[in-house]
Amino acid sequence: MAEIVIKGVAKTFGAFTALHSVDLTVADREFVVLLGASGCGKTTLLRIIAGLESASGGEVWIGGRRVDHLPPRQRGIAMVFQNYAVFPHLTVFENIAFGLRMQNLPMAEITRRVERTAELMHIEQLLKRYSGQLSGGQRQRVAVARALAMEPSVILMDEPLSNLDALLRLEMRAELKGILAESQTTTIYVTHDQVEAMSLADRIAVMQGGHILQAAEPIEVYRNPAARFVGAFIGNPPMNFLPANRGAGGWEVAGLPVLGPESGEALEFAVRPEDLRPAAKGLPAHVKIVEPLGPHLLVTCDVAGHGFRAILESDTSVRTGDLLHLAPLEGRARWFDLATGHSVPV
Amino acid sequence: MPSRGLPYLLLLPATVFLAVFFLYPFTQIAWEAFSGPGGVTLSHFATMVNYWKFPAALENTLLLAVAVVPLQTAMALAMAVLVSKLEKGRDLILYIFTIPLGISDLAAGLIWFAIFQQTGFLNSALHALGVVHTPVIWLGYQSKWVIFLAVMLAEIWRATAIMLVIIVAGMGLIPKEYGEAAEVFGAGPWQRFRRVTLPLLRPSLQTALILRTILAFEVFAEVAALGGTNLPVLMGETFHWQFDLQDGHTAAAFAIVILAISIGFTLLYLRLLRVPKGAGI
Repeated sequence: MAEIVIKGVAKTFGAFTALHSVDLTVADREFVVLLGASGCGKTTLLRIIAGLESASGGEVWIGGRRVDHLPPRQRGIAMVFQNYAVFPHLTVFENIAFGLRMQNLPMAEITRRVERTAELMHIEQLLKRYSGQLSGGQRQRVAVARALAMEPSVILMDEPLSNLDALLRLEMRAELKGILAESQTTTIYVTHDQVEAMSLADRIAVMQGGHILQAAEPIEVYRNPAARFVGAFIGNPPMNFLPANRGAGGWEVAGLPVLGPESGEALEFAVRPEDLRPAAKGLPAHVKIVEPLGPHLLVTCDVAGHGFRAILESDTSVRTGDLLHLAPLEGRARWFDLATGHSVPV
Repeated sequence: MPSRGLPYLLLLPATVFLAVFFLYPFTQIAWEAFSGPGGVTLSHFATMVNYWKFPAALENTLLLAVAVVPLQTAMALAMAVLVSKLEKGRDLILYIFTIPLGISDLAAGLIWFAIFQQTGFLNSALHALGVVHTPVIWLGYQSKWVIFLAVMLAEIWRATAIMLVIIVAGMGLIPKEYGEAAEVFGAGPWQRFRRVTLPLLRPSLQTALILRTILAFEVFAEVAALGGTNLPVLMGETFHWQFDLQDGHTAAAFAIVILAISIGFTLLYLRLLRVPKGAGI
C-alpha cells in the first residue's frame, strides 16, 4: 500500500515561487501524470516527493509515513530520470543491480531480479554492455528496468520519454503502460506532452505557475477543463475561445445569441474544434486555411476577428474564402470567467 | 578554404619546437648514458649503481613518492568534494588553495627551512611556549626522518593544489543526475563517492596521479634546501654528478633511471585507471 499525500507543499527559490501550497493525493496503484509547460513546477514537485529537493513548506506522506524529512533512499521510491542517469562506468547488469546491492540482497536474488526485469524490458542480451554502447531507447529501457528491479511501491518518472524519437516514444509509451499496470506500483509521471498524459494517466494533474489547476481523469480534463489554461493547453489544436457579451436577451458571441450561464459579468465562450458542425444558424466563420488531414479537415477561420479552428468531416466541401456557419454540438460549449480564468457552469 | 594539410601545418611549429628542445636533448642524454670510448657500454650505469649513495637515493626518492602522492591524492579528493559542494565563494577558496602553486619548489623549501632551522619559527615558538630551553637541531644528519617529514610537508603544502585543480575540473564534468540516481537507489554519501564519483573521476585522477608522481620522482630543490646532502635523492645525485663531479655520463645514467621509473608508473596508472570502451561519461 503506497498512497502518496501532498499537503500544502510550497517551494521558493529566492524571490521566485516555484510551487504555491500544492495539495494532491495519489491513491495506491494509481497512475498520476503531472502535466504542464516547462517552468510550471511539475519537476520541482516530483523532486520534492523524491527527496532530491527540499520543500519550503508542507508535508509529503508516502504509504502512511511522513517522509519530507527523510533522505531519498529512505522513502521507498524508485525513479526514472529524464536523461536516464544510467551509470556509464557500470554494465547494464550492474546498473539494474545497483539499488539491490545497496540493500545488500543475496547475490542469487539480485541475479534473479536483474534477469527478470531485463527480460521484461527486452534488454536481456545487453546485460554485459556499458551505457556508451547503447542507443537512447536501450538506455531508457535500462533506466526503467533499474527502477522496476527495486520492486518499489512508488515509481517517479521525470519526462522519461522526452529524449526518444517520435516513433520510439509511441512504442515505449504503450509498453510502459502495460508494464506499470502489471507491476502494481503507484506512479507519478511528469511530462509536458499532453498526448502522453492522456494515454497513460488514470488521473492528470494539470499545472501552471506553481499551482495544480485541475486533477481529474483524462477525459474529464479534456471535456470539462476547470480553467481556461487547461482547455488551451490540452487538445491539438486547442480549444477555441471567443469573448461573450451580455446582450438584451442573454449572451451574445460574435453577434449570435447563445445560451449561457446565469451568473458572471465578463465571460469567454469556448468550444473544441471537433465539437463544431456546419449549421444553418451558427458562428459566422470566414475560412482562411483548409488542411485535409485524411480522417478529417482542419479548417482555420476568422470569427469576429479571432482565430478559430474547426475539425470537420473529410467530405465537407469547403474552400478558402467561404463563409461557414459553425454551431457547437449540444452540451459541448464551455464558459470561462474572463478575469479569473475559472470555468463557469451553465 | 582550409585544405587537408592545414591542421598539420598549424601543428608544425609546436612539433618542431618539441623535436628541437626535447627530443634532441633527450637522445643526446640517452647517448651520453650508454656511450663510452669503446662504443655502447653499460659502464656508466655500473658506476652509478656502485656509487655508495645510490641505494639511499633510490630508496629515498621512492619512499618520498609513496608517502607523499597517496596523501596528496586523498587530501585533494577531500578538498575537491568540499569545494564542489559550495554554492558561494567556491572560486575564492580555489584561488586560496592554489596559492602555493605559484611558488617555486626552491622557495617552498626555503620557507619550510625557515620554520625548521635552528633559529627558525618552530624553535622560537617552542621556546616561547616553554617546551624547549635550547634550540633543537631538527634538520641535522642524525635525524633523517625529520628531514624526510619536512620534505613531505613542503611537498604536500606546495603541490597538492595541482591535483585539486584537476580533480575539481573532473568533478565538474560529472552530471549531477548520477549522484541523484545513486541517492534515490539507496546509496549514502560515502557509497555515492565510492561507487559513483570515484569511478567516474578515473580520467582526471589518472592525469593528476601521473603528473604528480612524475614530479615527485623529480623532487630536488626542497630536499636541497631542507636536507642539503643529508637526504640523497636521485635528482640531487644527478645534479651532483653533472656539476660537482663533472661526469656527464653517470649523470645521464641517473636521468635515464628517473625517466624509466616515471614511464613505469605512468603505464601502471594508465592500466589501473583504464576506462573500458563505452564506459566513459
